[in-house]
Amino acid sequence: MKPLHLIPDDVNVPFLKFRKIFYIVSLVMVLASVGMFVTKGLNFGIDFRGGILVEIKTNGPANIGGLRDNLGSLGLGDISIQEFGEPDDVLIQLQRQDGDEKAQMEALAQVTAALGDDVTIRRSELVGPKVGGELKEAGFYSVVISLLLIMIYIWFRFEWQFAVASVVALLHDVLITIGFFVITGVQFDLATLAAVLTVAGYSINDTVVVFDRIREYLRKFRKMEIPDLLDLSINSTLSRTTMTSFTTLLALMALFAFGGEAIRGFTMALIFGIVIGTYSSICVASPLLVVLRLKRKIPEAEEGTEVKA
Amino acid sequence: MLYFTKWKATLVLLVCALGVIYAAPNFLPSGTFPTEASYLPGKQVSLGLDLRGGSHMLLEVDTDSVLRERYDALADTIRTELRKEQIRNRPREATSNGAEITVLKPADVEKAREIARTAEPNTDVGGEGNSIFVSYNELARKELIDRAIAQSLEVVRRRVDELGTTEPSIQRQGENRMVVQVPGLDDPSRLRAILGRTAKMNFHLVNATKTAADARATGLPPGTMILPSADAGDRAAGIREYLIDRRVVVSGDNLVDSQPTFSDGRPVVSFRFDAAGGARFGDVTSKSAGRGLAIVLDGEVISAPRINEPILGGNGIITGQFSVQEANDLSLLLRAGALPAPMQILEERSVGPGLGQDSVAAGEIAAVLGLVFVIAFMVISYGRFGVYADIALMMNLILVLAVMSVLQATLTLPGIAGIVLTVGMAVDANVLIFERIREERSNGRTIINAIDAGYRSAMSTILDANITTLIAALVLFSFGSGPIKGFAVTLAIGIITSMFSAIWLTRLLIATWVKRSRPTELVI
Repeated sequence: MKPLHLIPDDVNVPFLKFRKIFYIVSLVMVLASVGMFVTKGLNFGIDFRGGILVEIKTNGPANIGGLRDNLGSLGLGDISIQEFGEPDDVLIQLQRQDGDEKAQMEALAQVTAALGDDVTIRRSELVGPKVGGELKEAGFYSVVISLLLIMIYIWFRFEWQFAVASVVALLHDVLITIGFFVITGVQFDLATLAAVLTVAGYSINDTVVVFDRIREYLRKFRKMEIPDLLDLSINSTLSRTTMTSFTTLLALMALFAFGGEAIRGFTMALIFGIVIGTYSSICVASPLLVVLRLKRKIPEAEEGTEVKA
Repeated sequence: MLYFTKWKATLVLLVCALGVIYAAPNFLPSGTFPTEASYLPGKQVSLGLDLRGGSHMLLEVDTDSVLRERYDALADTIRTELRKEQIRNRPREATSNGAEITVLKPADVEKAREIARTAEPNTDVGGEGNSIFVSYNELARKELIDRAIAQSLEVVRRRVDELGTTEPSIQRQGENRMVVQVPGLDDPSRLRAILGRTAKMNFHLVNATKTAADARATGLPPGTMILPSADAGDRAAGIREYLIDRRVVVSGDNLVDSQPTFSDGRPVVSFRFDAAGGARFGDVTSKSAGRGLAIVLDGEVISAPRINEPILGGNGIITGQFSVQEANDLSLLLRAGALPAPMQILEERSVGPGLGQDSVAAGEIAAVLGLVFVIAFMVISYGRFGVYADIALMMNLILVLAVMSVLQATLTLPGIAGIVLTVGMAVDANVLIFERIREERSNGRTIINAIDAGYRSAMSTILDANITTLIAALVLFSFGSGPIKGFAVTLAIGIITSMFSAIWLTRLLIATWVKRSRPTELVI
């Protein structure tokens, strides 16, 4: 049996020719994401906002309206009540209560008392104002620090143009993934933050593979124009880029469909981020090298030994 | 070189064999192996609270109140000394920063300062003009807090142990926090109830000269205070608060035992004092017959029975409108002892056993399906080489399980997601290698040359690509909490083991195949 090739072996797409279009598309997406983030903001979950979350299982399909009346009468502010995956599974979320941690505790006690014994409490989470603030801070630092470390690593391994281009691509992916959360209104919590960081790792992974090839070809094809060389590098790694993204997406699809409601937001972030990451490593990171005026550096010592065309 | 030396091949196989052996307990019923020796196989992956069900609570000890109390006592000590020297003074309310005393006559200030300086070691004396401000130095302050936390941990441990669940974990976190994790707990509200209370119990005499209402109207007699009543019986009778003497008659520290029991068919709590407490209790109850004895728990009067006769044996009961559960909890709290300072629950995450099982089942289905998809796709894309990559992929999963079992890393729901993600990403190294072999082959290299070049050239790319993902995983591990740490752990382990299985194992498999069947064409 002849193995199936997702990408034909002699593929030759002139990506660099379209780079202006890619820049515009990416710029629009990034600006839209940032704009929406500033104006609309993320739908923060209780991890960052503080508050209470209770997941219950009812006997038979849940009466959401009844629950809303019942819990709404407690006077605990905004309560969100929604079906969670199954008709008899309900997710109740309360905003952070005014006052200190004790006020949160009392609100949780009130809610569990009001729910009574007819329902099974499957999960209850309470995040006080103090911890919510701290988690937000830690989350912010974790994003900044990992971006920084990755940048340092790339800088260490490649020339500075590569480092800048990969970090731009990385920021591009992270910002657009966050934009995805803003637009869809999917809750942003600790798990989705972890997903964003994983996207960062994946995106750079993808970019590095192409860059490695560019570096190799820079040594190998000494007479080729840089844009042609970039195109050649992208095309010869295109099969790998799509294969890996595809297998990763296959696994994530299984997780999305069967992994349960609790990690759906997390999986969604990963799926979206991997699609964006694949796009950026092909269409954003490498073309950027032209903008950054990547030049051939011919290390004297390596000359001759590395050339084996 | 495609050629494998014997010892290299043995090493690869040995790692695989060890992986299988250490991962095996996860597929067998628990307890199949003895688990005493930590380096022997037999341990299963430990499941996080989100998968096995249970409660996680982050508590903060109010260290300010510990300091405040100490400064109160310190101010008392200094004032006693000042009084001996007949230096008139006025105290200020102590804060957690220090004790402040105002000396009335300026002439006495110097002497008073000297006294304050020698009252206790490790203190700094400051303050301007007539005011003297005493505080502990950093070292003493830290020691005080450390002691309070250590004591709190001990009390919390005793309380949680009373719940009778298996393997609760109680750990200090940062300066003044602790994390309590109780697996397999059905009812987190019970844990909340017993952790949220200081359980400081003291016995005071009810003031006989006035009622609380009179005192509110005409002023408190010296040495008394008003405390609210928490007794439902009192409330029914219209009593809302008590005027009681400040002086503690017997303190809860003297309690040695407490049990829930019944009196006249109603749940009550019995208690027993140690010798000193029993003697004092006997003394007071003999002298103050007819007066009320207020039992004060955390600033509320839970019961204030009249003393009818001397209680000499050191035993007593607390009556009140308790439910059976409340009587159980109160006796538990009294047995375990009081916390040195109030605690607050900053964060709670509880998962019922049902949800945990559902999550495990969902995670298993997702992992198996993801695996099947990827395996099928690899075979479709790379034929024989895909099969080798698939063998490596399964080996990788086994290695992840083995490493997690040995390290006793916790598997959480996001951790399962990390494993599924690893399934997708682990084949990346093989994809890189195979694509490279394909290219080299179409560039006209011989079979062995192409394979060899494929592995060699893909190496640095694989390393770069994996290290960047590893960086993200490590940052996640150090910043993330609980479940997220679990994700970082499986992701990191998966990346590292995949480098072994995708590079060395597939290489051994391919080398063996090439050697045995000497293929004349590569179908890849």
